[in-house]
Amino acid sequence: MSSGTAIAVDQLVKVYKNVTAVDGISFALERGSITGLLGGNGAGKTTTIATIMGLVIPTSGSVTVLGTDMARYRHRILHRMNFESPYVEMPMRLTIRQNLTVFGMLYGVENIAERIGVIAEELDLTELLDRPTGKLSAGQKTRASLAKSLINRPEVLLLDEPTASLDPDTADWVRGRLERYCAERGATVLLASHNMTEVERLCERVIIMKKGKIEDDDTPRHLLARYGRRTLEEVFLDVVRGRGEAREAAQ
Amino acid sequence: MTPAPSIAYSPRRVAAMVLRYWYLLRSSWARLVELIYWPAVQMLMWGFLQLYIGENASFFARASGIFIGAVLLWDILFRGQLGFSVSFLEEMYARNLGNLMMSPLRASEFITALMIMSIVRLAIGMVPVSLLAIVFFGFNLYSLGLALAAFFANLILTSWSVGIFVSGLVLRNGLGAETFAWSIMFLFLPLTCVYYPVAILPGYLQYLAWALPPTYVFEGMRALLIDHVFRADLMVQALLLNTVLMAAAVISFRKLLDSARMQGSLLQTGE
Repeated sequence: MSSGTAIAVDQLVKVYKNVTAVDGISFALERGSITGLLGGNGAGKTTTIATIMGLVIPTSGSVTVLGTDMARYRHRILHRMNFESPYVEMPMRLTIRQNLTVFGMLYGVENIAERIGVIAEELDLTELLDRPTGKLSAGQKTRASLAKSLINRPEVLLLDEPTASLDPDTADWVRGRLERYCAERGATVLLASHNMTEVERLCERVIIMKKGKIEDDDTPRHLLARYGRRTLEEVFLDVVRGRGEAREAAQ
Repeated sequence: MTPAPSIAYSPRRVAAMVLRYWYLLRSSWARLVELIYWPAVQMLMWGFLQLYIGENASFFARASGIFIGAVLLWDILFRGQLGFSVSFLEEMYARNLGNLMMSPLRASEFITALMIMSIVRLAIGMVPVSLLAIVFFGFNLYSLGLALAAFFANLILTSWSVGIFVSGLVLRNGLGAETFAWSIMFLFLPLTCVYYPVAILPGYLQYLAWALPPTYVFEGMRALLIDHVFRADLMVQALLLNTVLMAAAVISFRKLLDSARMQGSLLQTGE
């Protein structure tokens, strides 16, 4: 693993009883890079992300983040990471300010009140800070959740469908904020998404998974050229429906 | 600037979790009322029953307070465990467990916060009810003095051990195991002889009863209220058993958490 590697996944296998969720995948993400992790439902994306966070113990293989083995020493590094997913929520009865205060303390953030002020300003949440999280619209909740994921200014950010269920305008706004954060912080981002427009816009590299394996791994431009497609969505459909393999076989 | 690493046990993270539960309690009057409601109902029912029996049986007239004392101590045991488990379940209901598990919060810090909240919730519920017991029945729990401290310490330790074990079960098996949080302590009710002496039980059950720390507390309470003797020996034996029970609960929790990480069940915290 080079010193410029933020996340290294090596021969990762995860088997749940008789189901192989992740089947021997390997990849390394450079520091400061934004990578898309694509795949249909059940492709193994969530298990891969959960293993990177140390939430799942691999059956075999290893995951290191910023040089730390996540299966054994994840607590050494978790304060430098964060994640966001629409499938995990913040307590609804607590206000955004209360939630951010709690998570700020958990992540060891100094001057929490000041940090909340800054991040609320950046994410246009200042007026909403004292509103219970459960009373926010979907777009506001996503922004609040994003604020939680950025509260500790993470060096490594894992995003699981960060714009799911958002209208196009809000989704575009969220992508813009993410781009700005990554540019300013030099953060490494792994983005699992079904939104190909989002992946094309944000990611300089795309890893496509299918049935627990990596089907393809390249820049969006190279993928489009190789599959002879105009959009990443068409490439994705080729991969998940096996048309890529058929084309390769024919060639 | 990246936050400073806090790899070791962090009181600040414990405080963060206590603050989180305090915010929740403060935001919900229904949760606060519920903390007082059930202990008050129990205390009134057993108090009036004691009055009735005391008027018709000389033993109970002499041993005034054994039912109210028993129900108040039982509530420390039961509500202590519920206070621990319900705080944990709040994370499952809120779908917040993933956020916590992927944060730097350590299992030992989480458990400490749940212990603190168990005492906070117990205090909110039990202090007003113990004062009501003085008003309604002239039974002053605090007149037990240092004995009360020994009873409380042993009961709360047992309640935490059970709470830790149940939380591990829920972590491993999801909300399908939630029912244990509400019901497991009722297994202790007949076996720990809350309202009657151990000698009433059949011989084989007495062995089981004496393996449970609360049995020593309730026997100790009866010795104090009936014979006016503080049985320090019983409290020491209860403490020793509690030490074993707590160690077993912590080991079980760690194994269940590891199993949950192995099975990926932390990702599916629903039913």
